[in-house]
Amino acid sequence: MRLLLEKRSEHSHTMVYLSPVIAIGLTLVTGAIIFAFDGLNPLEALYVYFLEPLKYLWTFAPDDLWSLEQLAVKAAPLALIGAGLSVSYLANVWNIGAEGQLTAGAIFGSAIPVMFPEWQSPLTLVLMLVFGVLGGMAWASIPAFLKNRFGASEILTSLMLVYVAGLLLDWLVRGPWRDPGGHNFPQTIAFSDWQLLPSFDGTLHIGTLFAVIAAAALTVLMGRSLKGFEIRVLGASPRAGRFAGFSRKGAVWFCFMLSGGLAGLAGISEVMSTVGQLQPSISPGYGFTAIIVAFLGRLNPIGALVAALALAISYLGGEAAQVSLQISDKIAKVFQGILLFYILACDSMILYRPRLIFNRAPAAVPAE
Amino acid sequence: MVTENPEYLLEALHVVKVFGTLRANDDVTLRVKPGEIHAFLGENGAGKSTLVKMIYGALQPTSGEFRWKGKSVNVGNPAAARKLGIGMVFQHFSLFEALTVAENIALAMPGDFDMAKLSEKIARVSKEYGLPLEPTAIVADLSVGERQRIEIVRCLLQEPRLLIMDEPTAVLTPQEADQLFVVLNRLSREGCAVLYISHRLEEVKRICHNATILRHGKVVANVDPTLETAASLARLMVGADIHVVHTVREQSEGAARLKLDNLNLPADGPFVVELKNISLEVKAGEVIAIAGVAGNGQSELFDAISGERPLARDAMISFDGRPSGRLGVNARRNVGAAFVPEERLGHGAVPGFKLSENVVLTRHSSDRSLVKMGMLQSGGATVVSERVIKAFDVRKGKPDPEARALSGGNLQKFVIGRELDRKPGILVVNQPTWGVDAGASATIRQAIIDLSRDGSAVLVISQDLDEIYEVADRIAVISRGQLSETYRANEISLQQIGLLMAGAHEVKEARHAATA
Repeated sequence: MRLLLEKRSEHSHTMVYLSPVIAIGLTLVTGAIIFAFDGLNPLEALYVYFLEPLKYLWTFAPDDLWSLEQLAVKAAPLALIGAGLSVSYLANVWNIGAEGQLTAGAIFGSAIPVMFPEWQSPLTLVLMLVFGVLGGMAWASIPAFLKNRFGASEILTSLMLVYVAGLLLDWLVRGPWRDPGGHNFPQTIAFSDWQLLPSFDGTLHIGTLFAVIAAAALTVLMGRSLKGFEIRVLGASPRAGRFAGFSRKGAVWFCFMLSGGLAGLAGISEVMSTVGQLQPSISPGYGFTAIIVAFLGRLNPIGALVAALALAISYLGGEAAQVSLQISDKIAKVFQGILLFYILACDSMILYRPRLIFNRAPAAVPAE
Repeated sequence: MVTENPEYLLEALHVVKVFGTLRANDDVTLRVKPGEIHAFLGENGAGKSTLVKMIYGALQPTSGEFRWKGKSVNVGNPAAARKLGIGMVFQHFSLFEALTVAENIALAMPGDFDMAKLSEKIARVSKEYGLPLEPTAIVADLSVGERQRIEIVRCLLQEPRLLIMDEPTAVLTPQEADQLFVVLNRLSREGCAVLYISHRLEEVKRICHNATILRHGKVVANVDPTLETAASLARLMVGADIHVVHTVREQSEGAARLKLDNLNLPADGPFVVELKNISLEVKAGEVIAIAGVAGNGQSELFDAISGERPLARDAMISFDGRPSGRLGVNARRNVGAAFVPEERLGHGAVPGFKLSENVVLTRHSSDRSLVKMGMLQSGGATVVSERVIKAFDVRKGKPDPEARALSGGNLQKFVIGRELDRKPGILVVNQPTWGVDAGASATIRQAIIDLSRDGSAVLVISQDLDEIYEVADRIAVISRGQLSETYRANEISLQQIGLLMAGAHEVKEARHAATA
């Protein structure tokens, strides 16, 4: 008996949407097994991890609303970055360094309050956001340039630049940008007023809106515009793209500027809301988790929005598991990794139909 | 049935292989004697590779029988073939560039091995056969010819009784090819049979003892190549029964709409043919066909004309008198040119895109109804797509399927129809009916002729001589990146074309040298 993957004549639309569902199911089963090995009640652990954060949906208790807002706040950067990465990956441009672009955006945008702490005007806020976007773009321009000029793999260069950005941030907050009145803590001054994003009720801030706007805009871009068509053609079939007169190099630039800019916007938004200042760590790995968001969301910007909510649960659940189950919140990373693994595996069923073959061993050659 | 000393080493008897509706091999019988170099000839798509893959166990026949030394065998996989004593050198090498010669060979050896002993054996065998190889050399540093030696030595180490070679000289320089022939002759003297697949007829005449010729999946002849001429072999390959239906049409003395003037294009990779001093004029109202054996610069010429690879000077190519050598493909489309490449899937169309989306692929800059202010007008694309589908009778399973779901012939009709629908002033088509069934071929050829009669200039690049005679007013032949003069279709015989195809480039160079 063996398993055979048969090529389908067209890709299966059902599997495109079923694949992430199966992957999530398999991730839950695997998670339950891991919890059981840890000596926990698997069902209870899964409840704490995945359902407790959503409790408000059936209790409507005002006390539970908070965790739902937390969910939106955590999903926002994931969706913002994931939407940009979706476009990139559709074009076969593998930007793996969104975490670095996020950091660069946070640094560029924060330069304004750090250098002009007294400047308070609506323009401060706008300029910080713009600088954040430009910072992400600038950081993303390095792998784009290296790719087009020297053919360097953008996977490696963009990934390595994550660590460069991390070290740059570390140096800044411990050195030149350290808050003079901050008792030597490695952080900048705390931002205030127009240096922060306005929030609706303390937790939920307008940064979440950016994610929704970006997802809608990118959906139109990819589905309706010639630029989106160009990106899709170049990703699906580079030779046909050249025949259509589309520039591969142009697409590399476009994708890195778009995904880098959105990552930068996510970075500065985090600093201007949840974090409130620059410090050595400003993101729990949103830039990396967004890669999973992009795939779980079927490389579709609206899909990324939905997937971001699912992945945000893994962060919240990780925190909850740490508190009530006494297990390390690193479990969140484990779940994210398992999920990505299962999605990629299940995606092979979009173009291939799995079939079990019984008793058809290759015919033997008669002995001489 | 089983004899002690069978006359034939390998027999393929009445082999049939069906892929969907295509009979790739139709009652093919091939017999190879021990120690003979047996040529296996045929055009692209004639079914040579299909049969060879079945002999090597990579495919299973639909029906028919294989016999090895007189005994019926069922070759289930390549390992079984190797066990019998069948070795194969593929056209595209399967080597790891980062590993050494010995490591690459070790990977293919069954069971355990001792690296030192293996290296010593490689050095010995390769030296013995005049195929010098350094076992510790890294493959990435080796030339194409040396890489082929690795593949050959890899087969020789297994002491094969039959060596299959798939177009081995396609990637070799003439000097390397000469070395290879020495090795093949020696193998043959030692009793190892060689099944030699090639398009190059002069070579076949030179080294082969026997030739089986395949056409459209059927064996059409089994001849002694030393008694044939290259031209007669070519005629057998493309069909001796060609009925020249072509009637000379009134020669229109239109203006030159497409002009190539000393077009040169250097090779930009190891398997790319350099184009040398190509000059050609295609006039309004005529069809010119370029014949030639595959891999002699046809796709490079297509890329140069379409603008996928821009040229060094504008003057090298003109559309309606406009020098356009450095323009991109869309700029050329916008002046009224249209292009249809050889590869339908992945070049002429995106496999995973719907037909209506594939309309946008080549018409987004020339067709105002498709794109407005940078936004796609999906209605416009659907209208065009449906018009093409109707005009060319494209058969499909659902209203707007993905390109890959169509059969080869139907997709080709769509891809050509998409360009003809624009009524282009200049049309360039590479292999218009490659792998397409007879009905669709006739439709496509008729459409090409009709377009030219309406005043367009049409350039057809084709390997199919039937097709060339059917559509062309004038014929030129390309070989090794050089184009012959053009001849009136009624003034050039199949024999002459065969000669030009088979190796006339030396002749041509000599003539050029003489006239220079």
